[in-house]
Amino acid sequence: MTGTRSWIVPVAGAALAFALAAAWLGPVALVLVTWLALWALNARLAEAPAARLIAPVLFGVTLLVLWEMTVHLLEVPTVILPAPSQIGVAFSKNLPTLWADFVQTVLKGALSGWLIGCAAGVATALLVARSDVLRRGLLPVGNFMAALPIVGTAPILVMWFGFGWESKAAVVVVMVFFPVLVNTVAGLQDTDAMQRDLMRTYGASPAQELRYLKIRAALPFVFNGLKIATTLALIGAIVAEFFGSPTVGLGFRISTEVGRLNLPMVWASITVAALAGSLSYGLIALLERRLTFWHPSQRARR
Amino acid sequence: MTDATAPGAAIGRTPLLARIAHAAGPVLAVVAALVAIWYLACIPMNAAQSALDAERAGSELSTTAADRRSMSGLSVALAHPSEALAGAFAQERPRLPAPHQVVAELWDSTVDKKITSRRSLVFHAGITLGPTLLGFAIGSGLGILLAIGIVHSRVMDLSVMPWAIASQTIPILAIAPMIIVVLNSVGVQGLIPKAIISAYLSFFPVTVGMVKGLRAPSPADLDLMRTWNASGMRTLISLRLPSSLPYLFASLKIAIAAALVGAIIGELPTGAVRGLGARLLAGSYYGQTVQIWSALFGAAIVAAALVATVTLIERITLKRMGLAR
Repeated sequence: MTGTRSWIVPVAGAALAFALAAAWLGPVALVLVTWLALWALNARLAEAPAARLIAPVLFGVTLLVLWEMTVHLLEVPTVILPAPSQIGVAFSKNLPTLWADFVQTVLKGALSGWLIGCAAGVATALLVARSDVLRRGLLPVGNFMAALPIVGTAPILVMWFGFGWESKAAVVVVMVFFPVLVNTVAGLQDTDAMQRDLMRTYGASPAQELRYLKIRAALPFVFNGLKIATTLALIGAIVAEFFGSPTVGLGFRISTEVGRLNLPMVWASITVAALAGSLSYGLIALLERRLTFWHPSQRARR
Repeated sequence: MTDATAPGAAIGRTPLLARIAHAAGPVLAVVAALVAIWYLACIPMNAAQSALDAERAGSELSTTAADRRSMSGLSVALAHPSEALAGAFAQERPRLPAPHQVVAELWDSTVDKKITSRRSLVFHAGITLGPTLLGFAIGSGLGILLAIGIVHSRVMDLSVMPWAIASQTIPILAIAPMIIVVLNSVGVQGLIPKAIISAYLSFFPVTVGMVKGLRAPSPADLDLMRTWNASGMRTLISLRLPSSLPYLFASLKIAIAAALVGAIIGELPTGAVRGLGARLLAGSYYGQTVQIWSALFGAAIVAAALVATVTLIERITLKRMGLAR
């Protein structure tokens, strides 16, 4: 059933593409045909056993190829959109600069802030979860705060902590704290009556109940919070640099190179940020799989 | 929330006032505690300036300005408790404005100013609201379409979903200034560039939520549709879409808050002319801390109002569909 169904998409796409190509002519048609060919290949490969790995990689390659073709064939000015190859050249030429930016923004600003913020969030949650009144009071406030545009505190914190990485770490702490707090508190609540009764039958002390039941039950929620926190941490560290920074850092690099219209370098900085974001997200997801292998969401899908 | 005549509705019902007190009491206590901490924090944060003001006003202090520069705010406050206390809550440009200063500035810039005035916060909030709503509409529409594609095509599920996740690990806000500048150089200005950033931030939660929601119908329900020989389209309209609504609303709430953040960030690189983000930036340029804080609270109020609106629509829709919990 899915075998026949998956062919409908490329076939319908082909009809649309040729109708458009007839009206438009030339390079656009070429780009579209390439897209169709690669998509059809992907559709065929999706039936293969290793599809879970191949399909996304091929999709990424497709995007890059189409991007490169579009830029060259339609002669898009570099100021608007540089080709992936130009970005690659800028990336390899400026490796020392980008490494310094990476250390300043990701390791000093985002990572230290992330560690402090997450530790504070989990610690506060453990304290709050002990009291029902505190939990009912703090949870709505925390939920409210988590939905706020906290990035807006960046100018204030830069004013307080100076232009160095400390102010970036402070912004990250504030941004990360509430999602982690709210998720952890929700997780510590996620035990059912049967499990709690069992702990009571064993005569478990509150500390033992926390250690052997609640913390384990909370882990999937904590990891959810940590994942949200990783992307927020990078955003916070970079945006805080727009409000003042030393002459190093990804945010500084992006804003100055945009000013000089040196777009390949901007995209190279973005690539660094994207790699850092994807890698840290992947690390957390890996750790989650190791620690919460028992949770339904981690079992094989479908 | 539930119908009063429904069976079992009266069981466990407590008086309305007691229920409100039960829910709001702890929240109010926490908020009061936060405000108290805020007032206390003002004393050491503003101590250096308070001491300087007291000295200028003619009072003799045991420390000189040079001494105080090397001291932390807390030790300055401890060295001159009465001066620090007297000057903590009424400075022109405090490091940390007191809550009542922020509220006064909020009141002054919303109620006392005409809406069309450049100094009215309502005017700036309106400027930010436009791209927020447009971006939210584009983003959630795109998110829903993408989710429908992902649920119906295995190729899309396998190839697009990992990239949708990866796209969110890219700090899009970092690209925001570039999008604005580049679109500006092509001649696109105003609403659209900011809306694009909002859309990018809001499409992801909707996609994830909708994929979950469209897959929510039980196998038994899907089998029933198959026994009736329902087409894919019919199954989508009659079964998958209705059962995905609770998931959709949950993610719309996240998406609209994210859209507001996107619009505010989108205003930063345009040179701080109009909008809440511009107020933040202008405040930080000129050291107008009270203005920054009031813009921040203005943004918070707008965010809360937007989320509340979505919640209200959610309540009404789910109730009419009989899905209200």
